[in-house]
Amino acid sequence: MKREIPLMATAVIGIFMILSFFVPHQLVSVPADFLQTSAVIVVAFGYVLGGANALRINFDAIYKRREGWPYKIVLVAGLLTMVTVGAIEGRGFQGEHTRFTWIYNSVYSPMQSTMFALLAFYIASAAFRAFRIRTLEAGLLAVAALIVMIGRVPIGDWLTHALPYSYRLSSIQEWIMDNPQNSAKRAILIGAALGVMATGLRVILGLERSYLSGED
Amino acid sequence: MSLVQRLETFDRRWIFLVVGLLVLLPLIWPVPLPITVSPRVQKFYDAIEALPEGSTVLLACDYDPGAKPELVPMTRSVLRHLFARHCKAIITCLWNGGPGLVDQTVREVGREQGKAYGVDYVDLGYKAGYEAVMVLMGQSIPNTFPTDQSGGITTSYPIMRGIRNYSSFPILISISAGYPGTKEYVQQVEGRFHIKIIAGVTAVSAPEFYAYLQSGQLQGLLGGMAGAAEYEKLRGESGAATRGMVPQSFAHVFIALCILAGNAVQWLKRKEKRA
Repeated sequence: MKREIPLMATAVIGIFMILSFFVPHQLVSVPADFLQTSAVIVVAFGYVLGGANALRINFDAIYKRREGWPYKIVLVAGLLTMVTVGAIEGRGFQGEHTRFTWIYNSVYSPMQSTMFALLAFYIASAAFRAFRIRTLEAGLLAVAALIVMIGRVPIGDWLTHALPYSYRLSSIQEWIMDNPQNSAKRAILIGAALGVMATGLRVILGLERSYLSGED
Repeated sequence: MSLVQRLETFDRRWIFLVVGLLVLLPLIWPVPLPITVSPRVQKFYDAIEALPEGSTVLLACDYDPGAKPELVPMTRSVLRHLFARHCKAIITCLWNGGPGLVDQTVREVGREQGKAYGVDYVDLGYKAGYEAVMVLMGQSIPNTFPTDQSGGITTSYPIMRGIRNYSSFPILISISAGYPGTKEYVQQVEGRFHIKIIAGVTAVSAPEFYAYLQSGQLQGLLGGMAGAAEYEKLRGESGAATRGMVPQSFAHVFIALCILAGNAVQWLKRKEKRA
């Protein structure tokens, strides 16, 4: 029963959700709507569980002085500070002039922007050290990458403005993006969609059980 | 130590310094560069121009501060464009790290354009649940978002009068940095609820949406800061995206040179070994 009930629930819910796409009748749409609402509630509970889990794991690491434990203190302090400030502020904690928003704007937002801004530096360094052209395929990839990289930005047009429109870097990169890139991407999308459908069907039919306690 | 060895082992902090200067200097001393408007951006612009004046539009802002330089200029220009056409905007966010940034951006533009919160625009804030929220919005938006970003009762705002679900909007504008975002709106909402979608996305994810654009599931697309700059050009604005084009151009050229130089060093190394 420990396995049969979740398998049954998955099959019934899965079939209902598929039917809700095609059958507009109340008998299907009302339970499907209820299941959608339940999904949102489950996700919200997931955040509570995730927060509790993060605290448990990090408190344990701090207590046992595991590698990087001082950083975990910062993580736990940050988590508790945000939760406490949010709880004190009440329902409107995300309002324009709250302390919660001040912390978000002054700490979280600049830190996350900084993390992403650092990528530019590392990409340039990696371009010099790691982008090796050893085969014909790698050569083609590099040529396409260079054309798209320069053609996507205004300097591409500035460098080739003397050429006829269709020979400018911006036109060539548009052609690369619209044709070879789009064809390959579409093939990947169709392949992935078929894979998702097959996996979904396997889950509904109970053939795929890896989501149940890691079973095959 | 030979030249090749020196080039191969040189301190990468020199690269960091050059990138830093290439980004910083054009921001201080801007250089004008031509911006060509692509058909995708033109379609995005035309879709907003085609809206009846006074329409209420759903603006889904699904991003966080990591995508700020690319997506905030887009959000600003879109809101200015909507307000200029006397349209109203209902804003949502499905990224837990984003509501603060989205709210700040929306209110800044609202104040700048002299628009009233709750009357001309409202920020419904964040809702956990990813695609499930998108589908729930198809049933009832006030039920999905009972309170707004500041904790106010959604239905108490004049802008929400008559708003039920996707059928209340002529268009959905999705500005997104990844999951959940434009792709999920196309998959879950466009076909099921028959709403027109236009999108603004990060440059890195833009190629993914060309297929949706070609199939007509997306009616227009702004890709990254370049897309935002093209849109600003159409709007006659000179915003952050336009200013960012010169540093981005220089950085792209430098990265291209790095690829070429790195391979030249390897080629010289192989030649030296053979000799």
